[in-house]
Amino acid sequence: MFATVIGALNEGFVQTLKLFFVTLLGALPLGLVICWGSMTRFPPLRWLCRFVVWVIRGTPLMLQLFVIFYVPGMIPGFENPWPAGDSGRFIAASVTFILNYACYFSEIYRGGIQGVPKGQQEAGQVLGMTRGQIFFHVTLLQMIKRIVPPMSNEVITLLKDTALAGVISLQELLWAGEAFLKSSHGYRGLLWPLFFTGVYYLVFNGLLTLLLGRLEKKLDYFS
Amino acid sequence: MAILEVNNLEKHFGSTRVLEDISFDLEQGKALAIIGSSGSGKTTLLRCLNFLETPDQGTISVGGNVIFDAANRRSQTDAEIRKKRLHFGMVFQSFNLFPQYTALKNVTLAKELLARERPDFKANKKAILEEIQQEGLELLTKMGLEQRASHYPSQLSGGQQQRVAIARALALKPDILCFDEPTSALDPELTGEVLRVIRGLVEQKTTMIIVTHEMAFARDVADEVMFMDGGLIVERGPARQVIENPQEERTRQFLAGYTQE
Repeated sequence: MFATVIGALNEGFVQTLKLFFVTLLGALPLGLVICWGSMTRFPPLRWLCRFVVWVIRGTPLMLQLFVIFYVPGMIPGFENPWPAGDSGRFIAASVTFILNYACYFSEIYRGGIQGVPKGQQEAGQVLGMTRGQIFFHVTLLQMIKRIVPPMSNEVITLLKDTALAGVISLQELLWAGEAFLKSSHGYRGLLWPLFFTGVYYLVFNGLLTLLLGRLEKKLDYFS
Repeated sequence: MAILEVNNLEKHFGSTRVLEDISFDLEQGKALAIIGSSGSGKTTLLRCLNFLETPDQGTISVGGNVIFDAANRRSQTDAEIRKKRLHFGMVFQSFNLFPQYTALKNVTLAKELLARERPDFKANKKAILEEIQQEGLELLTKMGLEQRASHYPSQLSGGQQQRVAIARALALKPDILCFDEPTSALDPELTGEVLRVIRGLVEQKTTMIIVTHEMAFARDVADEVMFMDGGLIVERGPARQVIENPQEERTRQFLAGYTQE
């Protein structure tokens, strides 16, 4: 029984990790784009970006999952963009998570950029550096140092938030654990696999904390 | 011969006029101190010379060549401004050292980046970088900081940081070195070491413009003093004469505030 449960949970954990990494891969750069958009001097684009960030941060992620997964298929004369079955659920969940996290990341980036004193840029300017050189050689590392702590927080939250994808039946870790409560692999009414999923989250988040803490330490040499 | 000529410079921030009809010149090898209360426009003037602000009117010439003409602004591309601003060096009130680099790297970074544009950079990369490194070390030695080359700014005192900033500005060999209240952010016991370094540069005939609140220093070290008020040059003359025997009533009032202290 134990081996069966672990096998099922491992499968769920793979789904969780897939969603976790795909979200990071998509949201880290998309956040930069939204960040740039919300600081641009072109007002319509700035308003649009700030509006999207407001809506996404102001509504539950679970609701966003429902809307993105179900609503496109409900519009008459519009074909459901999500493929049938598990791949469709995964793509819909990825899109939702990437959009949601990109909005949070964009605000963190914005804080990081605005936190670097203006004098740094001016010092680069008077030394004849180009805009690109100032960004890459002067401000970027100072920005990264500022965003690592709040980013660590978000990344850890992301791992736990992946459990929400269970509401559109993405078979991630928590879903796999809960399944034994109903019926899974010939077992019914097993409660402990559900609780046992916590060990997975805890261990993986422990690793993440160590890794991100190391990065933070590495940037400790300057202030 | 005047190395710097400024003509009819004018600058507004919104509807506030911060510089009005600023015209002056500066001889090669001379040190000019600019004094005046806060809001008199002296910092804005320095920022205009360093292209950190764009004047609304007027011209700036270095060595007889017009490098800025407000009437002809459209022709001033980013790339051109980059080249022209290297005529000037700037030392900021708050140092603005790059915190993630060592003192030496702060001094050499800009020069290394500029060297990349040299056609022979790829072929002689190692020799070029070594030379820049060597020059950086010499500058730090000149500032009395040879022991601090590998320290990060956060490990240095304010006075040491400002001396690194001076070395950084000197590394690009500017024609005119500008100081924006270089000691205002320092504790009184640290201002001495920075003023001593600036005095040394004056003795070596570095062309300089120093915005300062240190009247005694302006009197003893600068060749000339210019008093600004309300965006205007009120008075300008030999340093000792302006400080000790000002001709204008407003200069007298301003200096009276200092002697009372």
